[in-house]
Order: sequence, then C-alpha cells, then structure tokens
Amino acid sequence: MTENRTSTTSTSTTGSARVKRGLAEMLKGGVIMDVVTPEQARIAEDAGAVAVMALERVPADIRAQGGVARMSDPDLIDAIKAEVSIPVMAKARIGHFVEARVLEALEVDYIDESEVLSPADYVNHIDKWPFTVPFVCGATNLGEALRRITEGAAMIRSKGEAGTGDVSEATKHIRTIKGEIRRLQGLSKDELYVAAKELQAPFDLVAEVAERGSLPVVLFTAGGVATPADAAMMMQLGADGVFVGSGIFKSGSPERRAAAIVKATAAFDDPKAIADASRGLGEAMVGINVADLPAPHRLAERGW
Amino acid sequence: MTTGAPRVGVLALQGDVREHVAMLESLGAEVSLVRSPPQLAAVDGLVLPGGESSVIDKLARHLGLREPIRERIAAGMPVLGTCAGLILLAERILDGLPTQLPFGGLDVDVRRNAFGSQVDSFETELDVPALGDEPVHATFIRAPVVERVGEGVEVLAAVGERIVAVEQGTVTGIAFHPEVGGEPRFHRRFLDRVERVGRA
Repeated sequence: MTENRTSTTSTSTTGSARVKRGLAEMLKGGVIMDVVTPEQARIAEDAGAVAVMALERVPADIRAQGGVARMSDPDLIDAIKAEVSIPVMAKARIGHFVEARVLEALEVDYIDESEVLSPADYVNHIDKWPFTVPFVCGATNLGEALRRITEGAAMIRSKGEAGTGDVSEATKHIRTIKGEIRRLQGLSKDELYVAAKELQAPFDLVAEVAERGSLPVVLFTAGGVATPADAAMMMQLGADGVFVGSGIFKSGSPERRAAAIVKATAAFDDPKAIADASRGLGEAMVGINVADLPAPHRLAERGW
Repeated sequence: MTTGAPRVGVLALQGDVREHVAMLESLGAEVSLVRSPPQLAAVDGLVLPGGESSVIDKLARHLGLREPIRERIAAGMPVLGTCAGLILLAERILDGLPTQLPFGGLDVDVRRNAFGSQVDSFETELDVPALGDEPVHATFIRAPVVERVGEGVEVLAAVGERIVAVEQGTVTGIAFHPEVGGEPRFHRRFLDRVERVGRA
C-alpha cells in the first residue's frame, strides 16, 4: 500500500481535493501545450500557454513510430521545469502508479494518466486520492469521467483522438459529456438511481452533477485540436480550456500557431477575433482522418 | 447608476472567473465580464482573478485593455486581485517572464510561485484582523508572496514572515483564493468600497 501523502500540520494542509482541483480552476480559459524539448517549452510559454505537457514524443510521433510509449525521462522533465515558470504536467501510463510516484517525486504540477501512452494495467486505473500531486484523466463520456473522479482525478479532459489533427472525436466526446450532463438535469431523483447504474458511477456523484449542471472538476478538451477555430469551437461547446498536442509543433509555424490558438481560445465567441488569429499561420499539421484509423490504433478506446 | 447594486466587473481573459462571479453575485452585486475597453468603462470596480499572470498580461495587451485598466486604477477605481491578480497589481514582478508587465496599483514587489510547485500548494487558517476575529480559510495555489512593501501599503495578512495580503488606497491584492474557499469577506469589503467610491 502506498503511503498517504496528503499531509496536515497544525496550520496547513497540502494535497487536499480543494487544492488539487483548485489548480485546474486557475487554468480555465487557457491552452495547455505538448512540448518535447525545453526550446519548445520556451516557445509555448512565450506564446501564452497556461501550462505545458512534458513528453518525449508527441502523439503523432507515438502513432507513427509505434512501440510501447512510457513516462518521459526525468532529465527531460527537469529540463523543461527549469525552462518555464508556468505549470509543467507529465504523463503516466494508465494504471502505472509507480510512474506516477516518480512524477510526483519530480514535483510535476499535474499528472496526466493518459491513454496516449501504452496502458500498464488493463483493469485498474491509479488510485489517485493518496497522491499530493493532482491528476487529469481522459474520458469519452460522462460515466468514464465520473469513474475517474471517483478514483481521485482533479481534472477531466475529453479524449478526442490524439495525434490525428482531426477534431471530430474531440467534438464527439465533449458533446457526449455535456449532453449527458444536460440529460441528468432533467431527471427526477428516482430516475437518477437508474442513471447512476447506467453510468456505472456512484449515486452521490451523479446526483451532484445533476444538481450543479457540471462536473465537480474542470473539464478541458483534447485530441485533434489543430487550428484557432478548432479551439474556439471546443470552448463554444462548453470546454473550460484546451489541450493542444501535436497540432502546434507539427505545424509550419509553431510560434505563430501557438499564439493564435491562445488568442482564439480567449476570444472564442468572437468570429472576427478568430478570423484575425487564423491569418498567416502557414501549414497546419497534415493529420490523419480518424475514419481511416483501424480500431486497434484508436487511443481513445484505451481506458474504461 | 440605475440600480442600487454596485456594478462590478471580473477581468475574463483567463483563470477562475466563474468562481469570482459566483461569489460577487451571492453578495448581491451586478456582475459583468470584462474583455474589452467598453466593457471596462461600464463597471465601477474590477476583480482580477487567479490564473496565469503571464497569459492575462499578454491577452490584456492584445485586446487593448492594459492602458485603460492602468488609467482606471490611477483614477481610483476599486480593484481586488487574487493570486495572479496580485501579481498584476504589483509595481514590480520577481521571477516573471522577461517580457511580462504588471498593471501596477500597489507599491509592492511580488514574487511568482514563491511557495514552490503544486505539491507545495496548501490550505490554512489565516488571521486577517481587518476582516474581524474569525480567521480566513485561505487556499494557496502556486501562490505568490509580497517581498517589498512601499509606503502607504497596509499589510492585511502574512503566513509566518511572508506577506500574502496587502491594500493601498482602493486596491487590494491577496496571494490566495477566497473565491475558491467560500470566504466572502474580501469580496464584501470590495463591494462596500465600490459603493462608497461610486457615491463620492
């Protein structure tokens, strides 16, 4: 059993749910960018990223190169942490609680228990409550999001299909989650018991979501966002912010594209501002249509 | 002014805007989001939320809000800043990006991320005599601290030796998040000030 790292002294508490969920609250309206070098991290911070995700390979390369994808080298994470002042996130494999403890020891600001890496456990996700560091987890629907929150996730991102540059799965997942929440809001209490059963999530959490009309944690979107208009659409669909993975550093002009996506995310409901942000960005990442991906290569289907 | 409720805005470029809006509305204020100079002109007081100060600075400049905000602060508009908001109100930012600019308003130097990484973020009970005897439940998230306090700046609270809440004239800056912890007294104080200044 792992030691409980949530600690309380006579005067202060670290690692509480409020503190863990709180950092995600502060990231709202922002763009979190995948970076694989300190130089890319510098470009991301200068362009206005609210946080960076430190990785060895962006999803598009993981997809192209194949093989088992694992946690990044601690030296890379340290170098990226040293480069920027904004929060640094890093990915652990689904269920790999030791990779997560390593990332916590490296003092990353958020751990992404991510389907983009190869799962380490096809049954269990990490029990995230005992950690001081907060976790973000992917979800394709409301039940999956609520199961991750039950396990201690302090932030949810809709999965989309990472490394494709095709936003259609991101659209589907954020619409599904928001739509299922709206549906819960119309149910009576006796119907909520059945909804909890169908969602395979605890009743109290389901009732809380029905009552407040939102998840109890921040909901970002991810997976295939490649343009300012993609990011703005995710915001209009109700995301609290966006993750951009391969879309920036696989494009023709990462500096300009990164800054443009930041501006479009902030001004998501202003078509003229999005138009201005979209000018002169050079080539977007080439991308893959999700429809052309055979099922075993769809990352969103990892995690349950 | 058409109604009795103070008209206040929350700078809504990035960060925990929603929490501030909810807190202010629960106290009876008429709240609007500020993302443009005309929206700023329509409010009598402004909240600068938590978030990433470097990002809020960039977007404020991009949207032409930086100078209007500086002018309103100089003209005495009440402002409440939390966390990133405190950083934006500083005269000088320590450990900021080289290109990062504050709005100013408080004659203080503020250091970003002064407590360390997220694993060092914490909640605590804090004495804030200006708000009464009952301590404030304060949530610090990658929080800044005030390292230099100029003349005319009142220190409202400290964690040990570290200054975490200050006030100068109509401007209040705090390193933690009362809006996340459900602590209404800082926002009440801000709204009272907006009403007083508005009437004057």
